[in-house]
Amino acid sequence: MTTSPQTEVTPVRFGVVVFPGSNCDADSYDAVRSFAGADARYLWHKDTEVEELDCIILPGGFSYGDYLRCGAIARFSPIMNSVKRFADGGGLVIGICNGFQILLEAGMLPGAMHQNEGLKFVCKQVHLRVENNETPFTAGYEPGQVIAVPIAHHEGNYFIDETGLAELEANGQVVVRYCDEQGETTPASNPNGSLGNIAGVCNRERNVFGLMPHPERVCDEIVGGTDGRAVFESMISAVAGKAAASR
Amino acid sequence: MKAKVYITPKAGILDPQGLTIERSLPALGFEGVSNVRVGKYIELELPDGEAAGAAVDEMCHKLLANPIIEDFEFELVTE
Repeated sequence: MTTSPQTEVTPVRFGVVVFPGSNCDADSYDAVRSFAGADARYLWHKDTEVEELDCIILPGGFSYGDYLRCGAIARFSPIMNSVKRFADGGGLVIGICNGFQILLEAGMLPGAMHQNEGLKFVCKQVHLRVENNETPFTAGYEPGQVIAVPIAHHEGNYFIDETGLAELEANGQVVVRYCDEQGETTPASNPNGSLGNIAGVCNRERNVFGLMPHPERVCDEIVGGTDGRAVFESMISAVAGKAAASR
Repeated sequence: MKAKVYITPKAGILDPQGLTIERSLPALGFEGVSNVRVGKYIELELPDGEAAGAAVDEMCHKLLANPIIEDFEFELVTE
């Protein structure tokens, strides 16, 4: 009799970093834990141990009160050295809203944020077009798929110089763009003045992703949508797929 | 000594605050004002010494300003 070894399914382990002033940490934690194949734990910003994790989430909020510039102080938190090392080793890191701003300030993603063009804090549902689904964060979407995800920020006006922009475009690092319901990237569908309607970018290696919209807030019908689920599903599949391949 | 650090949005970068101020000045009768740029002014004290200038420059690059979108200049004042 042959026994096929029952492959043990270990959950994909997420760490959610909590900075002083983070306020989307619980949403991210709950979103992750709504997936059968995933588990989450919080990481305090003074922690340095990230070893046993597969994915790290830098959540939204107002770390360090947004003093000086959004994310400028958080990038010096002790945990950020570990997050950098983790990313350098190929671990998946996603920064949402303030988390995106921190990744930019830390130089882990290219570009910078400044104030929204309209000078106002914008809190509303927007549409995004998935520009690149060949990333561990968006593989669960169709190319060009239009999804509805909320934004809530005051400094989401993405900027990068011309050379940087050309590189982003050439490498497929623009992952999501603001668009209208039909998927057209019009000036009217750009909520904050971001260059090229850019809502989210990844690094060249595609294991670090930052976006201003909040996929973790649309992971359950009860809160108005599920269009964000595929971000976490994609991450879980990417990690689980890699684990299966190495067995 | 004291360092006075001036941080402004880089030339060519849209400055929504500056633009809004610029648009409201004519309402007060100030015509012809252009290129309003809003930045930050930071004052700090540090030990006297030859290395002070280099230290402030490094502070600006690493923390006080974001060189992707901001320019900075500073002066050192000995009191």
